[in-house]
Amino acid sequence: MERAENKIEIIERLKQQILSMQGFKAPIAQPISTNLGSMESAFPNQIFPGGVIHEFLSPDAESAAATSGFMAVLLSQLIGQGTGPCLWIGSKRTLFPPALAFFGIQPDRIIFIDLKMDKDILWTVEEALKCDALSAVVGEISEISFSESRRLQLAVEQSRVTGFMHCFNPDKIRNTTSVARWKISPIASVLEEGMPGIGHPRWKVELIKIRNGKPGTWYMEWHTDHFKYLTKPNLVASISLEKAG
Amino acid sequence: MEKRFISIWFSHLTTDWFLLLRPELQEASFVLAAPERGRMLIKASSTPAKALGISAGMVVADARAIFPALQVFEQEPESSTKLLFALAEYCIRYTPVVALDPPDGLILEVSGCTHLWAGERLYLEDITKRLKSSGYQVRAAIADTIGTAWAIARYGHAKAIIEPGTNADALSALPPEALRLDVGIVESMHKMGFYQIKSFMTMPRSVLRRRFGQLLPDRLAQAMGELHEPIQSIKPTEPYQERLPCLEPIRTATGIEIALKRLLEALCRRLLKEGKGLRKAVLKGYRMDGNLQKVEIGTNYPTRSVAHLLKLFGLKISSIRPGLGIELFLLEAPVVEVLSLEQETLWNLSQGSENTTVVMNLLDRIGVRTGISSIHRYLPAERHWPEHTIKLSGALKEKHILPWRTDLPRPLHLLTRPELIEVTAPIPDYPPMLFRYKGKVHKVSKAEGPERIEQEWWLQKGNHRDYYCIEDENGARYWLFRLGHYDKDPQWFIHGFFA
Repeated sequence: MERAENKIEIIERLKQQILSMQGFKAPIAQPISTNLGSMESAFPNQIFPGGVIHEFLSPDAESAAATSGFMAVLLSQLIGQGTGPCLWIGSKRTLFPPALAFFGIQPDRIIFIDLKMDKDILWTVEEALKCDALSAVVGEISEISFSESRRLQLAVEQSRVTGFMHCFNPDKIRNTTSVARWKISPIASVLEEGMPGIGHPRWKVELIKIRNGKPGTWYMEWHTDHFKYLTKPNLVASISLEKAG
Repeated sequence: MEKRFISIWFSHLTTDWFLLLRPELQEASFVLAAPERGRMLIKASSTPAKALGISAGMVVADARAIFPALQVFEQEPESSTKLLFALAEYCIRYTPVVALDPPDGLILEVSGCTHLWAGERLYLEDITKRLKSSGYQVRAAIADTIGTAWAIARYGHAKAIIEPGTNADALSALPPEALRLDVGIVESMHKMGFYQIKSFMTMPRSVLRRRFGQLLPDRLAQAMGELHEPIQSIKPTEPYQERLPCLEPIRTATGIEIALKRLLEALCRRLLKEGKGLRKAVLKGYRMDGNLQKVEIGTNYPTRSVAHLLKLFGLKISSIRPGLGIELFLLEAPVVEVLSLEQETLWNLSQGSENTTVVMNLLDRIGVRTGISSIHRYLPAERHWPEHTIKLSGALKEKHILPWRTDLPRPLHLLTRPELIEVTAPIPDYPPMLFRYKGKVHKVSKAEGPERIEQEWWLQKGNHRDYYCIEDENGARYWLFRLGHYDKDPQWFIHGFFA
């Protein structure tokens, strides 16, 4: 029995060692608190991994908008806790700054850098990630290769800046060093019975990959300042209710 | 900022000066004359001589006929300009911008200087008192424009200080010659019966131009402050420029770096001394074969940090082609801004501000590599047309005055240009039942709207837009609009995607 306990302890220690070797330095001074709620249990140490690269995949324009919404929610937390501004780097930007206010961000806290070539975008993202005065960096790019992602990972390991890479061409994504890979797609909103119009934004949030965490899928709804989780049966029931009505 | 000018008129410039040299002539009638077209022409006459009717422009022989005891002294050519220049240099103590106004006046730009003498009245008094005590008869006036100050100094009777914005009142009672016009124009104006500026001030300028030429409306506009009038200071501001000639032509990147560092150090030393920071710098390399190599950098905030500028230039050094070698380096700072010492230390001391500097440095590097126009920051604008609700902010520290609106639904992704879609919609004002976008048919399950957004008719013409928020059967949310009314064969567009 005693040996078994010992074993668990050793495994725990080894796990921590592995974590630190993989870029998860000792939990940072101020752990980043998010309003993600129960989803946080999927993350290593039950803390949203800040200071690493997150990858978001969007196959089409509709899910790209949903992804931007989810990223904006995360960014609002990061900006709120950091002092610096946030850089939003991409080409052919469609993001409409005033709408960020719906997700708790003052749009003037974000500096947009609109470039033409992927090469420039990657260079700029890397430079920005090296600058520890920023609270977060968002890069919009069609695809990212393994070696490019490794460069970005090395940059954030130094500066502890959180990077979001939004990839529009997920078919070409193979293997990257990013710590988390997300896919967010919109799902039909549900209104109270008899109400006209469109409800709160609802997303299916898939955490496809998370290093040292538990991948999973969540259904959630964004209410001006917090998330509401939806359990699958509830979701289906409400949809069927909608159809019945 | 409002500009203020002083015009100083030395009514007896050369004779006053001559009296300083020869005080014994105080009560004597004398004239200063210079040869012109083979005769001696009077250039200036003393006050007693003037009383006898001897004035500038007369021939000496004629004057002697009036008053045989007249003393005549020869005036050296250019002496009045030299004298004026010396007086202008003396006036530098009052303002850095002093210009000559030949033959007998000075123009001082005094914007932001008068408070050091506790107000314009004391400032003006100090100037006139000092000049008078050194022996010159002067009249001076302060006004918004050079033209008005000039007129009041020479023809004004009441007061010498014209309050900002009252140029027209001050000028109205003065004669037309107060507008610095040619003798010919003034004469013809008198013939017309224009004895005061107010009698023609309100006339259409085109009429005045037709009758009297371009000069009159120009001078009038200059006096009123409608037309800018440049002045040339006797001490031109030195351009921010450093030179480094090389003994041996430089051909390597390391060599260029060393040269650049030296130039930057010299330039930044000067900027520090003057409390300035540069926003733009150009490095020019003159090659042995006559070719000119040029690299340029820009910064987001005024800076004089050698290390930072070196880093910015470092990104560009590789684009210099030294060819056979560069023999002369020239570093120029065409755009400089005020950067006080306190500002700089403040930035470096406080925690948050240090971050700002770091971010600015990062943006500078990005700007140098990709062009400063790629960096955008937005503030809310007071307009309702969706594309125009934001405006670009030039400075990164600019705060927004208007709040960001969240009362109306706006999509998170907005297409730069709305795209045409095919729609099936019941009339009159119902949302569409289905629409085809990029070849894919979307069946609408929920809709909200319409929200009518009218054209900003004072800026552009066209149909209004009726916006609908649409959710299709897959749960994707769109922002569609119908251009114009339903019964006039409307077009439908997709404009954005909600999260």
